[in-house]
Amino acid sequence: MKVAYWPGCVSRGFTPELHGSMARIAPLLDIELVEIDRGACCGAGVIAEHNQELADTLNARTFALAQQVDGAAMMMNICSTCQGAQSECQERLDANAEYRAHVNETLADEGLTYESGLSNKNLLWLLVEEMGLAELRSRVRRPLTDLKVGPFYGCYIVRPMDRLGIDEAQPRDTYLDLVIEALGGTVIDYAGSHKCCGFPIITMNKEASLKQAGRHLADAVDAAADCVVTPCPLCHLNLDLQQPLAEKVVGRGLNMPVLHLPQLVGLALGLAPGELGLQRHVVKPTAVIDWTTAVVAEVGAPADE
Amino acid sequence: MAEFTLRLRRYDPESGEAAYWEEHTVELEPHRSVLEGILQARATTDGSIGIRCSCRAAICGSCGVRINGRPGLACHTHLDKAQRGAKDGVIEVEPMGNMPIIKDLIVDMDAVHWKKIQRVTPWLQPKQPVPEREYVVAHESMVDVTQSLACIQCGACVSDCLSMEVDPDFIGPAALAKAYRLVGDPRDAATRARLEDLASDPHGIYDCTHCFKCIDACPKGVAPMSQIMRLRRRAGSDFHIEDPNNGERHERAFVSLVRQYGLLNEAELLPRSYGGDSALAKFKPSAAKELASSLPVIAKALLRRKVTPTTALKPHKLPKQDLDAIERIYDKVEGRDERFELNLYISGRDEDLT
Repeated sequence: MKVAYWPGCVSRGFTPELHGSMARIAPLLDIELVEIDRGACCGAGVIAEHNQELADTLNARTFALAQQVDGAAMMMNICSTCQGAQSECQERLDANAEYRAHVNETLADEGLTYESGLSNKNLLWLLVEEMGLAELRSRVRRPLTDLKVGPFYGCYIVRPMDRLGIDEAQPRDTYLDLVIEALGGTVIDYAGSHKCCGFPIITMNKEASLKQAGRHLADAVDAAADCVVTPCPLCHLNLDLQQPLAEKVVGRGLNMPVLHLPQLVGLALGLAPGELGLQRHVVKPTAVIDWTTAVVAEVGAPADE
Repeated sequence: MAEFTLRLRRYDPESGEAAYWEEHTVELEPHRSVLEGILQARATTDGSIGIRCSCRAAICGSCGVRINGRPGLACHTHLDKAQRGAKDGVIEVEPMGNMPIIKDLIVDMDAVHWKKIQRVTPWLQPKQPVPEREYVVAHESMVDVTQSLACIQCGACVSDCLSMEVDPDFIGPAALAKAYRLVGDPRDAATRARLEDLASDPHGIYDCTHCFKCIDACPKGVAPMSQIMRLRRRAGSDFHIEDPNNGERHERAFVSLVRQYGLLNEAELLPRSYGGDSALAKFKPSAAKELASSLPVIAKALLRRKVTPTTALKPHKLPKQDLDAIERIYDKVEGRDERFELNLYISGRDEDLT
C-alpha cells in the first residue's frame, strides 16, 4: 500500500536508526513510503501549549501536504508523540467547519487546503488494522522465539482514549502486545508498559523525569524482559540515550536494550541487526542479538562491556 | 438479574496485616453500578467492607476507586461494562493511587488531595474596591472556566497522575485545574501572582509530563492537563514569566527553533532550554553546567554514531520555500490581536459528525 509518510523530527535527528529501519522494512511489508518532506514539526504539544492555533495550522499544513500525495491510502507516522499531537489538532479541525475554514484561510497563501477526515496512523496501527496480524505473521522469516519483549507504548498513542479512537472494538492500547506475539516473541507484562517515560520534563525536573524512565525500565528488568520496544522516539531518548543517567537516579544497573518498533519488526523479517541500526543504541542490545552470528534471540549472550 | 463477581482489595492498616484480594458474588441488573455491587456485598456477606459513598449519582465525588486498574467513580460505572473490561471476567476494585489508604477502598483525601487544593489559594482574591452589589461579569469571560468548574473533587485524576507517582510534591492535576478556574476568573486580582507562584514552584505547572492520565481519569470531562497547559500559556505568552524551572525558556526555544528550521533541532533545544533562546545559550553558565553533566551521554551517543557531529552541528532544515511559508504562518497567527482558541468541551462538535 502507498502511504504519505510522516517520519517526524527526532527520527531524522537524534534517533536516525528509526527512520533508517523504517525504510528497510517498508519494501518487505509492501508499504510504499512517499515522504512528506516539506511538513513542519508537529509541536509535540509544546507549540499548542504556546499557541493552539499555531500548532493546528502547522499540522493542518502537513495534513494538506499528505492529502496531495497521489494515490496514498492514508498518512502514516512512526512517532507516538506525532500521533498524539497531530490527533489533538486534527480533532479540533475535524470537529468544527468554521474553525477549519479559519485555519485553511491561512494555508491559502500557499494554495493548500485541509479537507476533514484524514486517516493518520502510526505504523503500529497500520500493521494491525491495515495489514492484519495474520499477514504480518506470514511474512516473518525469523520468529523472535524465546525473546521476551516488554512493550512500551508512550503516552501519546494510548491516551486520551476518546480522541485516539480506543475502545473495545478497536483496542489500540493492546496492539504492541499483539504485534510482539505475531512476530513470535513473548510479551512481558510489567507495570510501566503504558506509563510515561518522563521525557517531556527532562529540562524542567530532571530527577522526576529520569526516575520515571529508570523505574519503568527496572520493572521490565524485574519481569525478566530481554528488551523493551517502543513506537515513540522521544521515549527512546529517555529510555536508551539517558539510561546511564536514569541508572544513577534509581540507584541500580539496568542495561535494558530499547528497540524501535521497526527494528523489532525488521529482525523478525530477517534483516541483519546492522541494517536496522541496532549498533547505534547507547545500551547495546546484546541480550537481543548474538553479534557473532547475527542470530536473533540468543538470550543471555554475555555483555561485552 | 445477573451474577457478577467483584474482586475487592481489602486492607486495614491498623491490623498490621498485608493487603489481600477477596471475591464476592452479587446479583443485580447489569445496568446497576459497581457501587451497588459493593454495597450489596457489604449488606449480605461482609459488613466490614470499607467504601465511602453518598449521592450515588456521580455528583458528590465520594466513591472514587480504581476499577480494573482504571480510576473512576464506582457509582458511575455499570456492572456489565466493568465486566467486559475485566481481564478474567471478575471486576477488580481497588483504592485510588497516590494517596494513603485508610481502610479497604477508602483513601485519605485530606493527606493529599485537599492539601494540594489548599496549596493553590482556592478562593477568589477580589479586585478592589469591592462593588457594593454583585460583580457584573461578561458571559464570555466565564465560559472559559466552565470546564474546570465542572470538577467534583473526586480525586480520580490525582490517583493516576504519573508525575505525582515519582514526585509526590507535584501540585497535581486537580489543584492546578482549580488554579486555572481562578486564574481565568476576571474578578480575581491575583492573576499574575498566582501564575508566578505556580511557574516558579519546582513542583508546579512545569512538572506535568503531558501523560494524559488525568484527562482519561476524570468522570466530568475537566481535562486537568488542558487546564495546566492553559496556565502555562497564560504564564508564558501573556505574562512572560521567566521561571527557574526552564519551563518558559524551553517553550520559547522550541517554538522559535521550529520557526527557524521547520523541524525540531534537538541539539539546540537543550542548551536553549537552560540558557535562553539564543544560539549563544550553550555558553551561559546555567547551560554549560547542565551540558557538562550530560557529557557522558553525549559522548556515548557520538561513539555509537547515534548522533554524528553533522547532525549535532548542522541540523535538518526544511527547504527555503517551506521555511518562508512557515514563517508567514507564524507571523499571521502570532500577529492576531487575540489568541484564537477552540475548546471542544464548550463549543461541541458540528452536528453532522457522529
